[in-house]
Amino acid sequence: MATGFFTDTTLCIGCKACEVACKQWNELPSDGFQFTGDSYDNTSELSGTTWRHVAFIEQMSLDEGGLHDRWLMSSDVCKHCTNAGCMEACPTGAIIRNEFDSVFIQPDVCNGCGYCVTSCPFGVVDLIEKFDPDGSRYNLASLVEARLDEDKTALQGHGGVAGKCTLCYDRQKIGFEPACAKACPTESIQFGDVDVLRERARKRVETLVGRGVAGAQLYGVDDVGGGVGPLNAFFLLTDRPETYNLPAQPVLPSTRQPAGYSSAAIAALGLAIAGWMIFRNE
Amino acid sequence: MWLPDLVNSDCILIEGSNFAEAHPVGFRFVMEAKERGATIIHVDPRFTRTSAVANIYAPMRSGTDIAFLGGIINYVLSNERYFKEYVAAYTNASYLVSESFKDTEDLDGLFSGYNPDALVYDFSTWTWERDENKRIKTDPTMQHERCVLSLLRRHYERYTAEMVERVCGTPRDQFLTIAETVAKNSGRERTTAFAYALGWTQHSDGVQFIRAGAVLQMLLGNMGRPGGGIMALRGHADIQGATDIATLYDLLPGYLAMPSANRDEQTLAAYLKSTTKPTGWWANTPKYVISLLKAFYGNAATKENDYCFEYLPQLIGDHSQLPTTFAMKDGTVKGYFVIGQNPGASGQNAEMTRAALESLEWFVNIDSYDNETVSFWRREGANPSEIATEVFFLPAATVLEKDGTMTQTSRVLQGHDKAVEPAGDSKSDAYYLNWLVKRLKELYAGSTDPKDRPILDMTWNYDSDDPHEREKGEPSVLKVLQEINGYHTATGEQVVAFADLKDDGSTASGGWIYTGVCPDKQTNHARSRDNSGPYTAPNWGWAWPANRRTLYNRASADPDGNPWSERKKYVWWDANAKKWTGVDVPDFPATKAPNTPGNPDAGGMDFHSGADPFIMMLEGKAQIFVPGGALKDAPIPAHYEPQQSVVQNELYKQQSSPVFGRYDRTDNPYNKPIDERFPYVLTSYRITEMSGIMTRYVPWLAELQPRAFCEIDPQLAVEKGIKNGDWVTLSTALGEIEVRALVSGRMRPLRLGKGRRVHTIGVPYNFGNMVALARGDSVGTLIPISLDPNVSIHESKSLTCNIRPGRRPAHHRDAADEPVPSNERNPLGQPLGRWASTAQGTGQRQEGEKK
Repeated sequence: MATGFFTDTTLCIGCKACEVACKQWNELPSDGFQFTGDSYDNTSELSGTTWRHVAFIEQMSLDEGGLHDRWLMSSDVCKHCTNAGCMEACPTGAIIRNEFDSVFIQPDVCNGCGYCVTSCPFGVVDLIEKFDPDGSRYNLASLVEARLDEDKTALQGHGGVAGKCTLCYDRQKIGFEPACAKACPTESIQFGDVDVLRERARKRVETLVGRGVAGAQLYGVDDVGGGVGPLNAFFLLTDRPETYNLPAQPVLPSTRQPAGYSSAAIAALGLAIAGWMIFRNE
Repeated sequence: MWLPDLVNSDCILIEGSNFAEAHPVGFRFVMEAKERGATIIHVDPRFTRTSAVANIYAPMRSGTDIAFLGGIINYVLSNERYFKEYVAAYTNASYLVSESFKDTEDLDGLFSGYNPDALVYDFSTWTWERDENKRIKTDPTMQHERCVLSLLRRHYERYTAEMVERVCGTPRDQFLTIAETVAKNSGRERTTAFAYALGWTQHSDGVQFIRAGAVLQMLLGNMGRPGGGIMALRGHADIQGATDIATLYDLLPGYLAMPSANRDEQTLAAYLKSTTKPTGWWANTPKYVISLLKAFYGNAATKENDYCFEYLPQLIGDHSQLPTTFAMKDGTVKGYFVIGQNPGASGQNAEMTRAALESLEWFVNIDSYDNETVSFWRREGANPSEIATEVFFLPAATVLEKDGTMTQTSRVLQGHDKAVEPAGDSKSDAYYLNWLVKRLKELYAGSTDPKDRPILDMTWNYDSDDPHEREKGEPSVLKVLQEINGYHTATGEQVVAFADLKDDGSTASGGWIYTGVCPDKQTNHARSRDNSGPYTAPNWGWAWPANRRTLYNRASADPDGNPWSERKKYVWWDANAKKWTGVDVPDFPATKAPNTPGNPDAGGMDFHSGADPFIMMLEGKAQIFVPGGALKDAPIPAHYEPQQSVVQNELYKQQSSPVFGRYDRTDNPYNKPIDERFPYVLTSYRITEMSGIMTRYVPWLAELQPRAFCEIDPQLAVEKGIKNGDWVTLSTALGEIEVRALVSGRMRPLRLGKGRRVHTIGVPYNFGNMVALARGDSVGTLIPISLDPNVSIHESKSLTCNIRPGRRPAHHRDAADEPVPSNERNPLGQPLGRWASTAQGTGQRQEGEKK
């Protein structure tokens, strides 16, 4: 059964419980402490060690009609694409689709080449910096040495591998919902059978449009185009995708291959003809 | 109100609160209400995470809630939108006020009886007119010019929509939309709830803010109704428990009064006479007091010695935290226990607090983490070799490392179990207190000095029955809860209900409101997790009192005992079974018929009729007018400017509350009431990601909000030459702090009367600058101590300040604090790459730079 996320941003209150629950469950370190000045967003983006990220977009305006204030909040995550760029680029076969139809990086197979990083149309996956359990990381487990046993999570044992949302593969295997969905207090993040969620999302956007919610639209329920296909983690937004730092026209890199190879072939043919024409009477 | 009941609201007004920010989990009920069609209104100086999901947001100048709510009261009264039958039957709107009472309309902002030398009121004129039999005169038609309703009309007559616009800065049309929305969602068929928190409480007249909300809800008939009433949003997981079982200096457990040396309360009889109300449920006070004394002193407490009443300390003044801190600085108080709090960072006049600790002989801090309070001796500017305080820092177990209960904002007790052993040498707070008392008893054993009797006679039987825990010295918190519940002194059996508590020494109870949570030795309802049954979830945890969710729910039925409407039925009279029934435990004597007449010559509950739902009040009516100085600053709320403001009070000559607690000391300087040096409104508040010291050490939380910042509007930023992300210095007469500037359109300058434009600067209070991962100067360094006269709450929501670009002098610079240079930002101004900075501060790393 394919499982995934329906993230309804109209229910998001920007509490970031999802971001923290994900880090806690997966024992990921913080990404450092920097005040960005970017609304209430100090973690900026998904990374090898941030697998849920809450975006804040302030839209404050005032005209003759009065105040039009909106503060959009959205919990971003790996899209678990039907046709995943990261998976196609992976040379070792580390990235697979598991029995839940999630795109999963096997950390013990990954060699840290980083090809997946450039192949993700959404900028999700990234390499994890190698970290040192004895010093500079502030994983909660390190505050109590007794809890840091030899059987570390693969991330603690390896460095330099690629990291992204696993759709809580380990939790799903024992019948639990992902940590972020469980933590979300307003059920903005909804987890379950992807077909059921798609139906729910379509009904929901209809309801919201009916209520006059400006800009209510789905993203990834259907094919997003560019060869990516529908997303197993899709969204209900209240503005264009670009507003949320999501690509309006994502492109699966491998779809460029036919054009690329053809151009190369034509160029080769063209050069061959040109060469024959130039050198035949030598 | 009971928090989940919000799903039944047709309209929720959130004011004095940033609900979604501070109660993200509880906020789910607001979101559910919204999905069911409720209108969510948020009124706030800032556009916050709550505003983002509200249906209606309106800006309002910080500290002007009474003007705003008074405006709605005026709207409701002048348009006759109040719930007439409810108001006539269930409130004191029809009561006649004494002729000698003078209102703020008569005295330009004062009530009668003000003593300007002592800065207090004489309340003798705030009283009723009585007939020759001493009964309160009433006008059931509510027309008489001196009935409370008429007084209310007159009192708020000038609180018009135009006045609200001039004082609060809320556009007139928006205000009227809100007033109309609230009015039309009240009455028989619909109910409106108000949700408030520290935005109403933390003012020098904070209690009056809440009163304004209460008066409005009484007029609209929302109190005691499903989906209606006032939701007081308590902050900490157990703050309700803390006030229930009395960590406040002037209360004994169960909201009994601490005896005062300034009143005739030196003997048990005098104290009971002074504090027992003659009519209503509080007539039972002696049963609760004597049961409490039996719980404290056990067999040593007998009728002959007045149950050891004289062991109780007597108040001689305001011993709340902040004045006590002054007393430490002045050398009066020698020792201090600070348990799980960090006043050196998050308190008002934080710098004075830290300095005060230097005057102590000894100081004990029980906490899980190093914090600015216990580390006062090594703060910026301190010289440890000159500090004589003996500091004891005891490691505390965290919540998951110990058993206990929490009483949350709905008055529901929920038990929690120890999940892991405490780290290292950490112990629970109960362990330390248990150990301390045992040591004290040993130390004073055999003493014949009468002053040592309280220590020796105090009951202390909390040793765990589990040998493993006993060996570790951990007391049984279940035994504590069982004692709070209460037991029969002869048999040791638990008391089942507080109605069974007696004033003859046969019962003991450490907190009568909790009686029923442990009705027998095997049962602890706080541990129950059964959410079956009606939506009131009676088997999930246990609510005080008596497992009741909504207080005063008799008011959800009309005087005849029938629900006001089918849609809003909650509790009603079953004429066949001759008892009250419904979806909740009725808050009324179970078998008292609705048409039971009150007995004007009786005491206790018999004084009330079967149609008097507000059983804790003397007359059984909700008090629109509060007589006799039960509240020290006003019988009806009036708008005063904050003690530090930017404008004159438009409504009265009296600028601000005439009776707020002032502390004019050189270490507590105030800005002038209107101070040209400090022309901007300063407000402080929490952010979701941070709480106290325990969140500042968590890396996953610290990375979300790592540094102190202030929020300012773009116009002010341009005026002052401040760019987003810059360091700025904020100043008041008390102090200066440096924080990063977050320039945002969510902060809007407000246009007040006379064309005056006012800017607000907001600063989260959650940071301290000495320890932990999330760090920054404390806004408490800017805020002098001024207190509300009723409960000594501090004013931290409406102040004034100035702002300038740049850092304050003398700061230890952390490389991680440097702003991101422009060549390391993307075109949107966002920093590139991941930051590899650690607690040691290693600065930035550029994207793509691999090791």
